[in-house]
Amino acid sequence: MNAAEPQGRRPRHLTAGRIGIYAFLITAALFFMLPLWIMVVTSLKPMEEIRLGNILALPAAMTFEAWTKAWSSACTGLECNGISVGFWNSVRILIPSVILSIIAGAINGYALSFWRVRGANVMFGILLLGAFIPYQVFLYPLVRIFSLTGIYNSLTCIVLVHVIFGLPTMTLLFRNYYAGLPIELFKAARIDGGGFWTIFLRVILPMSTPILVVATILQVTGIWNDFIFGLTFAGRENLPMTVQLNNIVNSTQGERAYNVDMAATMLAALVPLVVYFVSGRWFVRGIAAGAVKG
Amino acid sequence: MSTVSVRDVTVAFEAVQVFDGLSLDIDEGEFIVLLGPSGCGKSTLLNAIAGLLDVADGQIWINGKNVTWEEPKDRGIAMVFQSYALYPRMSVRENMSFGLKMAKTPKPEIEKRVNRAAELLQITPLLDRRPDQLSGGQRQRVAIGRALVRDAAVFLFDEPLSNLDAKLRNELRVEIKRLHARLGKTTMVYVTHDQIEAMTLADRIVVMKEQKIQQIGSPDEIYHRPANLFVAGFVGSPQMNFIMGRIENTGEGLSFLAGDRRLSLSGYQFATAPSAGQEVVLGVRPEHLEITGTGIWPGFTVDIVEPMGADTVIWCSDGLGSLQVRTTGSRKASPGESLTLQVDSTQVSLFAADTGERL
Repeated sequence: MNAAEPQGRRPRHLTAGRIGIYAFLITAALFFMLPLWIMVVTSLKPMEEIRLGNILALPAAMTFEAWTKAWSSACTGLECNGISVGFWNSVRILIPSVILSIIAGAINGYALSFWRVRGANVMFGILLLGAFIPYQVFLYPLVRIFSLTGIYNSLTCIVLVHVIFGLPTMTLLFRNYYAGLPIELFKAARIDGGGFWTIFLRVILPMSTPILVVATILQVTGIWNDFIFGLTFAGRENLPMTVQLNNIVNSTQGERAYNVDMAATMLAALVPLVVYFVSGRWFVRGIAAGAVKG
Repeated sequence: MSTVSVRDVTVAFEAVQVFDGLSLDIDEGEFIVLLGPSGCGKSTLLNAIAGLLDVADGQIWINGKNVTWEEPKDRGIAMVFQSYALYPRMSVRENMSFGLKMAKTPKPEIEKRVNRAAELLQITPLLDRRPDQLSGGQRQRVAIGRALVRDAAVFLFDEPLSNLDAKLRNELRVEIKRLHARLGKTTMVYVTHDQIEAMTLADRIVVMKEQKIQQIGSPDEIYHRPANLFVAGFVGSPQMNFIMGRIENTGEGLSFLAGDRRLSLSGYQFATAPSAGQEVVLGVRPEHLEITGTGIWPGFTVDIVEPMGADTVIWCSDGLGSLQVRTTGSRKASPGESLTLQVDSTQVSLFAADTGERL
């Protein structure tokens, strides 16, 4: 009897090595899911249950009390209005910052890759350098500059800071994307009589959808998660959610309300989380494209 | 009067000089082809004429006007690119009317011109499609249409057919030629590395190599009287045969001598007089070698036979060098067969071995 002649689809075998790989992957996935699991179950437990110390156990009496408390009545220092104040502050910071920084980055990237701006390479080099210098270096000088101009501790101030610090990454992102577009398209538009703005708005921008999505993802998550700029520049009235969260977690009278802390943390992480889940494949491209961002 | 005049133009990228004092005059209604291998500067020259590239020195005149400092849109030119460069987010109609809208042309006029161009290029049914719904050939037609509506005096083509497959390339080539004939007084400057396009389309061909013009002439001149070894080798497929040898004076006139093979040069028109004993290269086109029993060069053996349908190319050698012979498609030959070749001295080219210039 001959062995079967190879024909058609190659048969797949489940080898011991393959089982080992899957076992390892599943264990690793469970391990990394553990903190999230603990956060979710803890936030759904009343304090009596938490005191028992079974941190992995499912809640016996499930309650959303901690979530409502975290949202509307947890204490951030002296005031007890919950994290919702910070949420709306963050939204007010986020929207203008994201829009303005993307516009600035897109125009910069367009000018640098299509127009022969004198000293374009030097400019780009300086911008790139800006992406690698730690933010902390700029904090004190910026505080001085802003208080001199009188806009320190305001919404304008924090938005301006986000736009400035978003510039290197956004410019890099858009420049690299535009460098991949055929230069002949730009030449054709110039022969057709388009000027700087017409070509940008009518020809280049309509082709920029993928990179606009990537830029939005990067900026939304980056600015939402920002702590130090918000703390330094936003002023007491505009403190973003991240700063409020820190205040809730760190200002405790008496017993530490773990369930509220967990709920507040998850509320603060909600926006980036939604962005991750909704944007899916775009997000991966964003990470690849923005590989320089720390 | 010439429509396009390039006068002493120097182009420099950063510190590297691309052209140094290049001049070229193009007559009204003329079809000029800039031909050369990649990197020879033909596209750079076209971009300089279009105004997409600043010149470091010299002047560019179009239609009797010095346009050296003018914007591309003000030069009275239209351009077609290799990659079509259609605006991807606009319909064919919007693509074609974009330039006119920029120039604030009245709507009915735009409509009229777009429809006329679409009819001329038979793309009327495609007007409301997007570029990504078109095939390569259709896209290039649209790109030509977009150039057409500008009613420009000068058309610039930057390798417009290089992205197309062979069959479409032939079709569109004929169409461009027809278009030029129909437009009458429109000057066309066409960049290509494809010698067939150059030979079939051009009134005059400008052969370029390493940023220098090698020869300017009609396709016939370029093919039959190449100015130097480069032009001779670049134009023509299969390539011209080159045979190293020297000039000898035998008393009854000059002749070419390579080994024991001899060719009387009594019928050859010298461009510059050679000296006896001078080292030369003899260039013979494959179709100017004839296989006959009574030829002057016996002793060749068939090496490889390439049947191409209409004609057959036979590679043969005599142990010293190998020659390509182009003969009719009906001529059968098999490797190993021995041949005798006849050479017509009025059809050959002679080049100085040291400079490569035509003698």
